[in-house]
Amino acid sequence: MSAHIHLDEASIQKQTTTLNLGPTHPATHGVFQNILEMDGERIVSAVPTVGYIHRAFEKIAERRPYYQITPLTDRLNYCSSPINNMGWHITVERLLGIKTPKRVDYLRVIIMELSRIADHLVCNSVIGVDTGALTSFVYVFEFREHIYEIFEAVCGSRLTTNIGRFGGFERNFPQEAFDKINKFLEAFPRGMKEFESLLTRNRIFMERTMGVGGISAERALNYSFTGPNLRAAGVDYDVRVAQPYSSYEDFDFKIPVGTTGDVYDRFLVRNQEIWESVSIIKQALEKIAALEAADPSQKEVFYAPEADKYHLPPKEDVYTKMEALIFHFKMVMGEIEVLPGEIYSAVEGGNGEVGYYLISDGGRTPYRLHFRRPCFIYYQAYPEIIQGSLLSDAVVTMSSLNLIAGELDA
Amino acid sequence: MTHEQIIETLEAAFAGQLSDCDTAHGISAITIPAASNLKVLQFLYDSEDLQFRFLTDLTAVHYPNRTNEELCVVYHLHSLHLNKRLRIKLYVPVAAPKVFTASKLFSGANWMERETFDFYGVDFVGHPNLKRILNVDEMDYFPMRKEYPMEDPTRIDKDDEMFGRGGTIC
Repeated sequence: MSAHIHLDEASIQKQTTTLNLGPTHPATHGVFQNILEMDGERIVSAVPTVGYIHRAFEKIAERRPYYQITPLTDRLNYCSSPINNMGWHITVERLLGIKTPKRVDYLRVIIMELSRIADHLVCNSVIGVDTGALTSFVYVFEFREHIYEIFEAVCGSRLTTNIGRFGGFERNFPQEAFDKINKFLEAFPRGMKEFESLLTRNRIFMERTMGVGGISAERALNYSFTGPNLRAAGVDYDVRVAQPYSSYEDFDFKIPVGTTGDVYDRFLVRNQEIWESVSIIKQALEKIAALEAADPSQKEVFYAPEADKYHLPPKEDVYTKMEALIFHFKMVMGEIEVLPGEIYSAVEGGNGEVGYYLISDGGRTPYRLHFRRPCFIYYQAYPEIIQGSLLSDAVVTMSSLNLIAGELDA
Repeated sequence: MTHEQIIETLEAAFAGQLSDCDTAHGISAITIPAASNLKVLQFLYDSEDLQFRFLTDLTAVHYPNRTNEELCVVYHLHSLHLNKRLRIKLYVPVAAPKVFTASKLFSGANWMERETFDFYGVDFVGHPNLKRILNVDEMDYFPMRKEYPMEDPTRIDKDDEMFGRGGTIC
């Protein structure tokens, strides 16, 4: 035997096979490595390795003015970056004591629910792909594209959005954005129904997903699961309802829950959440219309007036007005004070509770910023979930957990 | 049950051990001695009135200027029963940062503690698999500690003064 090969003791005599799944395996949808110990097709044990795309965001955040941290949050869960952006904005607003106007809250709700739809569509259609149904994936990606077009109309970018500012949005929504939202709301339900009709009662899909990758409510809570994965296990915890932010308390929506916490339940919970999101967006549009009907000046409200110290002035003012130029300079140089304080604030992200633990010492950058990244926390349950299952089931289970490598590795 | 009542219940159970109790931004916060972390967590978990059975987050903070209590370990607990959050802090010296592991009580604490060890070097006593998780195994320092600057320390335009802190931090 070559001197360069180091085998563990008794590894030649062992009865199981070691199998490397990942880190760049097409079935893992991201940089995930699992060293599996296989007994035939059954998984005896799994050891996940994470950290392949760790980018030290928490360290970087300690050296960035607050507004420069928003683009870092984009790159956590990049399937629903607007939720992360707004979660960060809401955290800082809470620390500063800024109260956002209702119209801003509703606009934020629209954007956040659109991102939730996009996030869930990716996850659910990929479960289809991993069970061999590529068609459904292609069907719903059209609507993800429509959602990205809406983001583009609002902020100019699509995937890593950097949408909004402290106190609201960088500019008002153009009419084009509302037109696109309305168009989306009209076309999407039909496409979604088609998607559901392809998978939900599909015999092959049901056989592949029911009873696969299940976790009990008790274990899920003990593993600090959040989001659709926890709700699929039967726990109705949703940050939007438990500790509302951005005026979610004004909306009427249901929290879908599952019973067994298996892949099929996660799929159903996400699909149901998509329908709830559609309803929330419709309600938000109605509420905005009611606000504007009661007071036409509301049409121009897109950020909190008391947040003007944290909000870049309009570009045309910067070029023509002295005060705007000074403010612009001060803000870009990060000379805006943030009072010392400590806060934990959370929003309901696409795959769970996205939390921001921020400590400010009065400097221009956070003293410490910690991101609670939901999939980092629940991915550790993966070996327990797949133990004893088939290799093909492990792949489906992984996609149903909605793991985003960027968020996992920070 | 209000935040004040939660702190009162804890103060009754752990007389003289709690410090810095306050409530801000919808979270009550307490500081406890490092050695009694498991007792407090177990009490909060078992208490029928409180039921803090959900570990939301676990992390650490480095305060280089606090002698003998440089590292602060922070737990965020959530009681789904009361719908209240609680922050528990404990301080340990950077020379011997030993804290009992909570991974027996919360399975989710396993990786959170590994992450905290990885970046701050907090030694979670009794942890089943305390090794680096996001950084490479060969790394021989704890990168989130304040003595490791993010940027080239010779650059004066990136000095702490430029970030409102006056002079270098370490």
